Amino acid sequence: MNYNWDWRVFFKPTGIGNEIYLDWFVTGLGWTIALALSAWVIALLLGSLLGVMRTLPGRYAARIAGAYVELFRNVPLLVQLFVWYFIVPDWLPEPLEDWFKQDLHPAISAFISVTICLGLFTAARVCEQVRTGIQALPRGQAMAAYALGLSLPQVYRQVLLPQAFRIIIPPLTSEFLNVFKNSSVASLIGLMELLAQTKQTAEFTANLFEAFTLATLIYFTLNMGLMLFMRWVEKRVRVPGLIALGGK
Amino acid sequence: MKKLLQLSLAVSALFAAGAHAEELSGTLKKIKDSGVIVVGHRDSSIPFSYLDNQKPIGYSMDLANKIVENVKKELKLPNLQVRYNLVTSQTRIPLVQNGTVDFECGSTTNNLERQKQVSFSVGMFEIGTRLLTKKTSGVKDFADLSGKNVVTTAGTTSERLIKSMNAEKKLDMNIISAKDHGESFLMLESGRAVAFMMDDALLAGEMAKAKKPDDWVIVGKPQSYEIYGCMLRKDDPQFKKVIDDALKAAFKSAEMNSIYKRWFESPIPPKGLNMKFPMSQELKELLANPTDKSAEQM
Repeated sequence: MNYNWDWRVFFKPTGIGNEIYLDWFVTGLGWTIALALSAWVIALLLGSLLGVMRTLPGRYAARIAGAYVELFRNVPLLVQLFVWYFIVPDWLPEPLEDWFKQDLHPAISAFISVTICLGLFTAARVCEQVRTGIQALPRGQAMAAYALGLSLPQVYRQVLLPQAFRIIIPPLTSEFLNVFKNSSVASLIGLMELLAQTKQTAEFTANLFEAFTLATLIYFTLNMGLMLFMRWVEKRVRVPGLIALGGK
Repeated sequence: MKKLLQLSLAVSALFAAGAHAEELSGTLKKIKDSGVIVVGHRDSSIPFSYLDNQKPIGYSMDLANKIVENVKKELKLPNLQVRYNLVTSQTRIPLVQNGTVDFECGSTTNNLERQKQVSFSVGMFEIGTRLLTKKTSGVKDFADLSGKNVVTTAGTTSERLIKSMNAEKKLDMNIISAKDHGESFLMLESGRAVAFMMDDALLAGEMAKAKKPDDWVIVGKPQSYEIYGCMLRKDDPQFKKVIDDALKAAFKSAEMNSIYKRWFESPIPPKGLNMKFPMSQELKELLANPTDKSAEQM
């Protein structure tokens, strides 16, 4: 292949202000982390709530949570993003709509749309994991807790959830990493996160392979670090003898 | 001694000429051996290179066909098979480099960065970078954009120009980089941005597609001129000559005016839109004096 490799490209000036191309990657990484962490907070809180709802004795709560999961899990993420970015703002009352579209910095309005979109999408997946975590516990646990006179919230808070969350740490870790990877959809609505900066560098310099190689390394290192962190968390919270948590 | 030198020069010149006439190299050899030429095209660069009923058409495709005709003539292969390969702004350079595509004709700007990776034919179109805005927006030129939201398409020269203008002149604009021209126009139409900066010919294309084309206007002094060319692999003088000769002959012919009129001044598929974009002085000059230099080199 007839390609002209040039790894020094990252240290060349972009021609915009005093930036070099590497600065773009740093800015992009910042946006990616901010996006993923904000979306993860939404996903974890809402997902846990929905997961609990799916296991509640009452019929309606379980149905509502079930419908939520089907809706958000079955529609492609990109379609959801376009809905949140292009359609939902049009439903806002006029002054709010104008403020969101025109007065707010475009990066912030895009950030809000992606955070909500990614948070709600991931919540559906977290919900299913929390549900399976709870259902994986022997049924006797809840019964015994009720028999001891604990109320419903107490059963969940004191008995079921502490064990369920410990069981689902490994699948939750994958969801956590997925949020970082999925945040790259933001590049499609003009938020200059890591992938958008990579594409921009590739277009400006015509050094496409260098730009995408660096982006790959950054995503890989970031996710590797997160995975090790989650493993450490898993070890840290392990209760010996409680559940077989992989590893004796 | 002098005679000997002259003789050796003459002999080597003879050899060189002989080699040129007989031996094919590079892409021409590849085309001759495989019996197929692969043309890279775009899917939505209206009216340069876009799809209509799965078929690539447009101004650049008409010129690409001229090139294919010349290759057939040069290789004496009247039944040469032509294959079309879709490229995007991100894949077009690597696909030319790795041999998937033999040449690309779309709306690719010839610039210095790209010249390090690929070679360009003589320029076939020239645009100026300007603004599309609503007639009622009050925007007349770039200075009016201070403090406002402006959209441009990611990865274009316009993006670079407007970002550096913003930094240098401290205009305090908020710049949105949309993923393609269609989405940029959507940002403009939905009120997220007051103006859309892009190549004037592409702006005319977006305007023609709008629900009410009469609501929109192209304004502002062009911030740069850019020359579009066809891309081919670097260091392939034989193939480049066949391409350049085909384009130069087309530019000289009377047919050039009708090709231009067909795509820029008459209704075009798929919806019968008329771009109403008369030939600029810059393009007239480019067609009269063909060059493979980029606008920044001139």
